Amino acid sequence: MSIPVVPRGAGTGLSGGALPPGDGVLLSMAKFMRVRRIDPLARLAVVEPGVRNAVVSELAAPHGLYYAPDPSSQIACTIGGNVAENSGGVHCLKYGLTLHNVLGVRGFTIDGEPLELGGEAPDAPGYDLLALAVGSEGMLFVVTEVTLKLLPQPQCARVIMASFDDVEKAGAAVAGIIAAGIVPAGLEMMDQPATRAVEQFVGAGYDLEAAAILLCESDGTPEEVEHEIAHMKAVLERAGATRTTVSRDEPERLRFWSGRKAAFPAVGRISPDYYCMDGTIPRKRLGEVLTFIASLEKKYGLRCPNVFHAGDGNLHPLILFDANSADELHRTELFAAEVLEKCVEVGGTITGEHGVGVEKINQMCVQFGAAELELFHGVKRAFDPKSLLNPGKAVPTLARCAEYGRMRVHGGKLPHPELPRF
Amino acid sequence: MTVQDFQDRIRAAVAGKKALRLRGGGTKDFYGNALRGDILDTQGYAGIVSYEPTELVVTARCGTSLSELESLLGKNRQCLPFEPPHFGAGATVGGCVAAGLSGPRRAAAGALRDFVLGVKLVDGRAQALAFGGQVMKNVAGYDVSRLVAGSLGTLGLIAEVSLKLAPRPQAEATLRLEVPHERALELVNRWAGQPLPVSATAWHDGELSVRLSGSEPGVRAAAAKIGGAAARESLWNAIREQTHPFFSGAEPLWRLALPSSAPPVDLPGTQLLEWNGALRWLKSSEKAGAVREAARRLKGHATLFRAADKSAGCFAPLEPVTARLHRGLKAAFDPHGVFNPGRIYAEL
Repeated sequence: MSIPVVPRGAGTGLSGGALPPGDGVLLSMAKFMRVRRIDPLARLAVVEPGVRNAVVSELAAPHGLYYAPDPSSQIACTIGGNVAENSGGVHCLKYGLTLHNVLGVRGFTIDGEPLELGGEAPDAPGYDLLALAVGSEGMLFVVTEVTLKLLPQPQCARVIMASFDDVEKAGAAVAGIIAAGIVPAGLEMMDQPATRAVEQFVGAGYDLEAAAILLCESDGTPEEVEHEIAHMKAVLERAGATRTTVSRDEPERLRFWSGRKAAFPAVGRISPDYYCMDGTIPRKRLGEVLTFIASLEKKYGLRCPNVFHAGDGNLHPLILFDANSADELHRTELFAAEVLEKCVEVGGTITGEHGVGVEKINQMCVQFGAAELELFHGVKRAFDPKSLLNPGKAVPTLARCAEYGRMRVHGGKLPHPELPRF
Repeated sequence: MTVQDFQDRIRAAVAGKKALRLRGGGTKDFYGNALRGDILDTQGYAGIVSYEPTELVVTARCGTSLSELESLLGKNRQCLPFEPPHFGAGATVGGCVAAGLSGPRRAAAGALRDFVLGVKLVDGRAQALAFGGQVMKNVAGYDVSRLVAGSLGTLGLIAEVSLKLAPRPQAEATLRLEVPHERALELVNRWAGQPLPVSATAWHDGELSVRLSGSEPGVRAAAAKIGGAAARESLWNAIREQTHPFFSGAEPLWRLALPSSAPPVDLPGTQLLEWNGALRWLKSSEKAGAVREAARRLKGHATLFRAADKSAGCFAPLEPVTARLHRGLKAAFDPHGVFNPGRIYAEL
């Protein structure tokens, strides 16, 4: 039998990575929701893939520990899905992505053979197959158990909300923080259209007059936090912040964050539909890319509030549209494709944390040449020779790239001239 | 020297059915199994491609001197967070990434592979390929950059690499406590579960050393909590570069990677512990099978790191399914078996 199998967690993914195939089986992992073990001394949790992200930190909390990656969907998304997508969150600059916080996985190959990659001991012998597994979008094998690294909960955390009268100034302030030798626990930016949408929805207390706000968090011991907050505040003020507010207590800190975490649903209230984009750029190109996005708003006649993981250079432009209008949907897709291609042009990537799935498969042809794509297919064949696991996702065929018409041409020579071009 | 020169050498090797031994400064020739093939020296392809401190990223060519890179970063108060060992003055950036070894800060900051953001790779078909990039978050395509880190040059020639950096800590202090083996393991694991700025630990011969790194007030507060006597910072360099007296002598040196909270390893010989107990160096003449079995029972694995006789194989054998995946990947990257044959496993 050669029936395609598509593993799926909670289905919160934003790139269509778990879309079921017409001729295959959807393998729902949502019922694998047992936390097998929490080892406070070794600081790790062994969980099944259907365990929700937020549950891990809840169960680790009595031991003074937590699981660091916190995607905005953390109350619903599963650890298995996080592993498939290499999910991020708002604290990755300091604490890393899923890949930095997964110690090992167990699972089964498409032939049903058990497989264990990584583990409780570091530096497994041979190639780092765990690095390949994380972010592989369910295309290499099926994960049935994940060992997660737990970190000590910081004793305290405080966040600065800083207002800027200009988006570029806010971008420069982000570089200023890094240049000052600070790695904030979180460093997020929202532009005015985003803060205005959010404020109506959750009342986070944002400065609605600011062209952009930064949320800049410090965590650690009280001594460390006091020192770092003072340092960050000075840098932000030097960078031209028009107002800075430091959270006074935990409820206020959570309120400042609630707006950022609710940004997507808030935007969903002001528009019939929205398209959440995900690209990463070098931080220094932020101003240029924002100006470009503003020009696309005019070109396509669509609004686009912006929220970013500014510390990581990870953009989430939210294109507002009405799916009942076929023309608006079409314009949205063209808008989105231009944003992603701009990300590649400035030295970034078409996806920072949401994955390629089916959504960005065409843009893979822009980011990679034929030789790289062929090697990706080679990696896939090593694990799944008949291409039965989540087929057709994440890595386009060369024929598809030829059809899309954006094949990267290297040295003036078109790769695979034998392929038909459209 | 250019990438084109690498491609020409590889093409010629494929045509002549010859193996190539990829080599930077040769400082890690001792590591791994057999050295086979004609030397392809990467030192001529050197230099920093780009470095902007505010991006926290550096991109360097493979032949770049590791110490020159680190001194450039130091001038900007930044560092390679994984504190890689050099094992000699000639260490190169390419060799460092290919070996994949991390130093004392590993348990706190992460491993070398955690900081690899992108590579330019020349594969076994002599194709110049680019994976990853210079940005912090990138999930487009399989994570090939991190796969080649630590693959000992068996998948391709790392021509260029982009690494994530960290600011150098504002303050550091090293403390020394007298504690027996088992108690030391318990202490380091407990500290790691608390919000303390512990950046390295080492235990040997009844002495536990702890390094704290962070802000001035944070380090001061943690030092008061941990106690012990102030000790010299130079210890960490001596352990990283294996110039510490523990590492001298002709007895085989084993590197046991274990869950950090695993009990003391009961094998003859002397031990030095790092990484909160996850790394246990063992100087011992015990039979390879017994060392590997002891590590396996504790849910870890043992590497024969330095030894005159490596007939037992440097790295722990792979499970059959994992071994098949390794062969499949080798075939995808290096179908003619040109690069460093046998360096990591006989069949690769």
